[in-house]
Amino acid sequence: MTAERIISFREAIAEALRLEMRRDPAVILLGEDVAGGAGRDAEGLSEAWGGAFAEYKGLYTEFGAGRVLDTPISEMGYLGAAVGAAITGLRPVAELMFVDFIGVCLDPIMNQAAFAHYMSGGRVNVPLTMLTHVGAGVGMAAQHSKMLYSFFAHIPGLKVVAPSSAYHAKGLLTAAIRDNDPVVFCVHKLLLGQSEHVPEEPYEFPIGHARIARPGADVTLIGAALTTSVCLQAAKALEADGIDAEVVDLLSLAPLDEETILASVRRTGRAVVVDEGFPRCGLAADVAALIAGQAFDDLDGPVKMVTSPHAPVPFSRPLELAFPPNADRVRAAAMELF
Amino acid sequence: MPDTAPPPDSHATPSRDTLLALHATMVLIRAFEQRVATLVLKGAFSGVGHLYVGEEAVAAGVCGALRDDDYVTSTHRGHGHCLAKGVDPSEMMAELFGRATGTCKGKGGSMHIADFRRGMLGANGIVGAGLPIACGAALTAKLTGSGRVAVAFFGDGASNIGAFHESLNLAAVWKLPVIFVCENNRYGEATPVEYALSAEHVVDRAPGYRMPGLMADGQDVLDVFAKAREAVAHARSGEGPVLLECETYRYFGHFVGDPARYRSADEVEWFRSRDCILRSAEYLQQQHGVATKQLDEMAADAERRMDEAVAFAEGSPLPELSEIMAGVCSEVLR
Repeated sequence: MTAERIISFREAIAEALRLEMRRDPAVILLGEDVAGGAGRDAEGLSEAWGGAFAEYKGLYTEFGAGRVLDTPISEMGYLGAAVGAAITGLRPVAELMFVDFIGVCLDPIMNQAAFAHYMSGGRVNVPLTMLTHVGAGVGMAAQHSKMLYSFFAHIPGLKVVAPSSAYHAKGLLTAAIRDNDPVVFCVHKLLLGQSEHVPEEPYEFPIGHARIARPGADVTLIGAALTTSVCLQAAKALEADGIDAEVVDLLSLAPLDEETILASVRRTGRAVVVDEGFPRCGLAADVAALIAGQAFDDLDGPVKMVTSPHAPVPFSRPLELAFPPNADRVRAAAMELF
Repeated sequence: MPDTAPPPDSHATPSRDTLLALHATMVLIRAFEQRVATLVLKGAFSGVGHLYVGEEAVAAGVCGALRDDDYVTSTHRGHGHCLAKGVDPSEMMAELFGRATGTCKGKGGSMHIADFRRGMLGANGIVGAGLPIACGAALTAKLTGSGRVAVAFFGDGASNIGAFHESLNLAAVWKLPVIFVCENNRYGEATPVEYALSAEHVVDRAPGYRMPGLMADGQDVLDVFAKAREAVAHARSGEGPVLLECETYRYFGHFVGDPARYRSADEVEWFRSRDCILRSAEYLQQQHGVATKQLDEMAADAERRMDEAVAFAEGSPLPELSEIMAGVCSEVLR
């Protein structure tokens, strides 16, 4: 293999899991159909799915039913069990197939995993990764298309990451698995096929660090997960308007890399925060408040927010396509600052 | 059980020493809880106290059947489970007082008290939340081959919550070494069990999950201990989970200060007449010739232990205000 090995976001997730499971026997994967066809080994039918999004193909075959555990459709049960496993020595990666399902199983994450370290006076760690799929765009409507990442970032004790590409997916998942705190790892469904160069060896991308996805001098566009690529498209389009846009890719929502955000805005004097989540009390509002509160004197105009509308994600294709932020809206918002 | 407790007997009838140890645990729990009641009424610390008085035989009998390294998850009424698992009463009292020396450095309080050194994975403010966590501890035991088992204590009220049903199903399909111990004290807060429970008994739900169900007189430590040993042996042998229902009663209301007007004086009197400590004392005297004086000394020892615990708590420092942000995550965040 060469330094230019190209793999997809989906394969990067599998690779991070595989390498960490090889490195540390305490790492397990559990969730609904993470193998698929559970118990049908004799007929050769196990691992029919390798996850609903097929990220885990090959893991069941390599690590077996003791470490790749198909669960009943029982999110409260297995997420709670993942917390129990984490506080007793394992490092579980628990998949929540769609983040929207958190409605039936929030307690293990919000009240148990998030607070166990704090409420025990620091006497226990919860090395749990909850990998979940977020975002609109696959025609599954309101109950399977939400972001909800800011929902988790609202809870003290949870770390929340939202990678924007294959390279960061592998590095952040490796970091999440090795982290001693609960990490919510948000995979945008439309990014699973994104491909780029990903090193073969294990590596961590540190949680809590944003990156400059594109340097620029005139305006800062801030995105996360899929909206980072929306920002990059908008930045490209803004070139035609003679505007040199910088793109900050948040990668982590909690902890939030305030320094990188503020340093960029102080350089450019203008900010557009782009967030696929619902606008009320959300990520964009939080980052905008940070900028307004800490970098007001450096701003040449108001902080702009480009978000989804405050509405459930609609089914009908034209409505769904119009729902999330797109490059045109980001470009228009940026233009208003000049 | 305290460190000095003997291992569970291998034969059916527990030894005199084992019975004395179980009795001592119950006496210790009652002394602790009665002291807590006094302290709460005096306003010695904030928060409510959910007292375990009346239910002591369940914690003592079940934890008496466990190894020191076995796991326990608990409820909002968790002091008894802690003490039966060998958690230090002084550190517990300090936790209730919100002191820096508490089992959780004053960050958890009565409802979230935990001591991971003793396999006590936490009381819990959320009804039913301990059941899936116990499944996870049992999963660790199973996957690592440690031979440990996990016990989930919960009330009759929790048997109606989704986490109960998901946990029983998950434990059954994964054959986890977990014992689900229902403390049926007849009330979920103020609501009687016969109103809230669709089944006649909680244990009636076991067959639906294809696991053994056992019923114990939760006011008889001998019966609880016997059934718990059977359940623990089953789970530890790899045969999977067990549901053990213990019929018991709480003498106080849901919390200190709840006058418990939802139940009759006759009912309370009937359950009090079957008190687990009185019955255990009678058994020890009649079957093992234990002198009244020895039992009195045991009770006096427990009271002295509580004096020490309160003195330790009152003499301990409060947490620094910087503790508010300490330990939100396992390292300092930016």
